[in-house]
Amino acid sequence: MITYQFAYRRAKSLADAQAMFANSPEAKFLAGGQTLIPTMKMRLANPPELIDISGLKELSFIRIDGQTLAIGAGTKHHDVAVSAEVRRAIPALAQLAEGIGDPAVRHMGTLGGSLANNDPAADYPAAALALGVTIKTTRRTIPADDFFVGMFATALDDGEIVTEVSFPIPERAAYAKFDNPASRYALAGVFVAKNKNGIRVAVTGAGPSVFRVPAMESVLAKSFTADAIKDIKVDASGLNSDIHASAEYRAHLVGVLAARAVRASSGS
Amino acid sequence: MALVSMTVNGKAVSAETEDRTLLVYFLREQLRLTGTHIGCDTSQCGACVVHVDGRAVKSCTFFAVQAEGAEVTTIEGLAKDGKLHPVQEAFRENHGLQCGFCTPGMIMTAVDMIRRKPQLDRDTIRHELEGNICRCTGYHNIVSAIEDASKRMAGDAK
Repeated sequence: MITYQFAYRRAKSLADAQAMFANSPEAKFLAGGQTLIPTMKMRLANPPELIDISGLKELSFIRIDGQTLAIGAGTKHHDVAVSAEVRRAIPALAQLAEGIGDPAVRHMGTLGGSLANNDPAADYPAAALALGVTIKTTRRTIPADDFFVGMFATALDDGEIVTEVSFPIPERAAYAKFDNPASRYALAGVFVAKNKNGIRVAVTGAGPSVFRVPAMESVLAKSFTADAIKDIKVDASGLNSDIHASAEYRAHLVGVLAARAVRASSGS
Repeated sequence: MALVSMTVNGKAVSAETEDRTLLVYFLREQLRLTGTHIGCDTSQCGACVVHVDGRAVKSCTFFAVQAEGAEVTTIEGLAKDGKLHPVQEAFRENHGLQCGFCTPGMIMTAVDMIRRKPQLDRDTIRHELEGNICRCTGYHNIVSAIEDASKRMAGDAK
């Protein structure tokens, strides 16, 4: 398959990428390309220009700043998965990164690209929402609660580039995913985090966009055990239904996966 | 059109190509390196896996222009001085192929996997092969071949 014609430009820096975009406002940024390129090959996207930001060293880093794990938006999934810092600070995040796609995809795909794309079945949005991250861009900082606004939709403006994601280090966290065996995307995935300011439960794969489950969060705040949430029913209305799974099945999976994640993070 | 220069299997190459040319087409049609296969062309089957700067990538999901200045290794670049790479040798000895279509991608993935994880058990190998599909379903011997190759290469390294 061949994409429509476009012009390729490789940015030398973030400033360079922004200047290129100013001259070509219909351009798309190319980070890992593992969603954008297949979409262009299917001719579902037709940008006149691609601005390649995949090689920008200033976007690729992992560091611990006190109680925060900061990861550059251009950091590849593979590098997050094998990072000693990530494994030490938030092992659930390393495990999540290791479960994205397959090894070749993880060598290309990036954290910032995944968040900016906000695929309803992507893994990273669940971690971002459950851990209450702060997303830094070329223009501002956006809390996770305000970032994901709908299916493939985020608070990002045209030309705005995610540069860094700050993950507050949780007391405990785990991610449980029921993946589609062909695509490895989540039919449903639940990230549970016991943060300093409370419990957060975020679900991906099941709805049009990542969402929280307040009913589980309030119960888990009192008793952080899988048993505590076993009677909570997730409403199937509004959830995704497709050839892979019905909305009712996905709703059921959310309960099962939430319990698995609580068990994995608490040992209960 | 753009002039793209990269190193492929240790040899410097330059060629004019469209910006939209995928690396797999560049390798196959412009460099005539047809060992890298196009299977699904939708990033799923892994028949097109090559190494770019030492990392396995799907060359159907990668533009040739992105490889400007990069070191690319394809299946043709593994054998040295007429001698098969240990992974190729292990695939031959363990009958790790049936029709052979997926084999170049399987081998490039295996070489990358052994580089990253020198200690491989069968479960890990199966997990690492999630991005490579064998339509003959010949996975059993593919896993055996990779397990065998990883042991040989660990032995060679000692």
